[in-house]
Amino acid sequence: MEKIAQEKYVQLENVNMTFYTKKGTFEALKNINFSIREGEFISIIGHSGCGKSTVLNLIAGLLHPTEGNLFCAGREISGPGPERAVVFQNHSLLPWLTCSENVYLAVERVFGADEGKANLQQRTKAAIDLVGLAHAADKRPNEISGGMKQRVGIARALAMEPKVLLLDEPFGALDALTRAHLQDELMGIMAKSGCTAVMVTHDVDEAVLLSDRIVMMTNGPAATIGDILDVDLARPRKRLELAEDRHYNHLRSEVLKFLYERHARKAA
Amino acid sequence: MSSVSITKEDIKTIMKSEQTIVTAVAAPKPVAAPRPSALALKSRAFFQWLLPPLFGLLLLGAIWTLIAHQSPNLPGPMPTWHSAVELFKDPFYRNSLNDQGIGWNIVASLERVALGFGLAALVGIPMGFIIGRFQFMSRMAAPIIGLLRPVSPLAWLPIGLLVFKAANPAAIWVIFISAIWPMIINTAVGVSKVPQDYMNVAKVLNLSEWKIVTKILFPFVLPYMMTGVRLSIGVAWLVIVAAEMLTGGVGIGFWVWDEWNNLNVEHIIIAIFVVGIVGLLLELALTSLAKRFSYE
Repeated sequence: MEKIAQEKYVQLENVNMTFYTKKGTFEALKNINFSIREGEFISIIGHSGCGKSTVLNLIAGLLHPTEGNLFCAGREISGPGPERAVVFQNHSLLPWLTCSENVYLAVERVFGADEGKANLQQRTKAAIDLVGLAHAADKRPNEISGGMKQRVGIARALAMEPKVLLLDEPFGALDALTRAHLQDELMGIMAKSGCTAVMVTHDVDEAVLLSDRIVMMTNGPAATIGDILDVDLARPRKRLELAEDRHYNHLRSEVLKFLYERHARKAA
Repeated sequence: MSSVSITKEDIKTIMKSEQTIVTAVAAPKPVAAPRPSALALKSRAFFQWLLPPLFGLLLLGAIWTLIAHQSPNLPGPMPTWHSAVELFKDPFYRNSLNDQGIGWNIVASLERVALGFGLAALVGIPMGFIIGRFQFMSRMAAPIIGLLRPVSPLAWLPIGLLVFKAANPAAIWVIFISAIWPMIINTAVGVSKVPQDYMNVAKVLNLSEWKIVTKILFPFVLPYMMTGVRLSIGVAWLVIVAAEMLTGGVGIGFWVWDEWNNLNVEHIIIAIFVVGIVGLLLELALTSLAKRFSYE
């Protein structure tokens, strides 16, 4: 029993998602089936509009599936909850709160019932330190760079000590250098915390570098899982070493082949 | 100007000449062109800031003088000014209920506006939050607001007189009912514009309704709310003059009517300026208040 819980920590069973809009119905996802092991890092990749963010929002509990079931740690996902923290693409920090106040809001919600104020502040500080933002803790989001904002977003999510960390194109809005830097940091943080993670991305290198498995999605409408690629590269992974690594490049081209040969986007 | 400007060439020629051994010691760094000092720049900016409004006021005075020349009953700026000086020598006298200083009249009007506006804020802002937050309430309120908002404020006065059976509460009621709409509407619009991202954060963090209101809705809505408050106080101050003309008692509006009955046109013009200036001050006070609360 214990074993199964670890093997299928997060589970999606026959998930269908149909949106009913004024323009009619839109079948976004069809027959999504996969499970995530505890501590695993999963990337969901696909062309834009294929519903990969919808999958993430379903796991987050922000959306409810039209059909099918989702489970997290053996319990059905019925709504959003602090055990599934989300890092939003546009960071979604509250602009009127400082960085540490933004983190504190999350910490207070999760641990406020059991812990004193000093403890909560300690947790906030630890999370801010973890992402290397101690010097900017008292700044407001509009006073710091995009990369720093995203770090606060990550700190806020991690401070909740989630069972699953959900990342929705977390580095999509950042420049290449900042993105690489944050990817390295995220790898370090994930290694330390050992928490399960699901990341939506459209960046092939990012997916191969960070993931244990890559879920590749077909194009919508009625998108589904086209293939799942095992990324059996040893950790810790080093960006520069991997650039020359044959296996890394093979995996990379596997993803590229999937995206551009087998499921190439119809002329947009 | 040319005496000040020393180009590099000038300095070189000076340095080369044999008589400059003494001056070379004190040779200044080459100055390309005379730059205006910081003070000069500041004073220029000040005048550029000051002059257009000053010209505007002068133009107003000129038009006024011109019209006063054509119409012998309308006093020009100078007689009005003298009358104002006389009037403001003793703004706080009290002879009888109907004969009080201009200061008391302004204070009485401000009191009514404060009460009516305060009550409107107390009711209107929470109502705006509720309407903005819940679709059902919004749909429910839409016909009421749509129907009542375009009604002229003074049309409410008889209802007020009927219900409260006194002039003063009736005037406050008129202020209340005309000042409440901008606050309801702007607050509601602000609440409905809260980005979905912030609400998603609230959902993921599982924030309580209280936390959502205090940490997300209120800070976001505040600028919208302040716009509503500013519009409301403007309306309230507009309406008070008309309301007091009808209800009588003490107040700037009543005072205007009284002076009209005395045919003291100078005082009426003074009252117009007083109303304008007080309105402007109220607006300025609220704008600076709004700036203090803005998170940007």
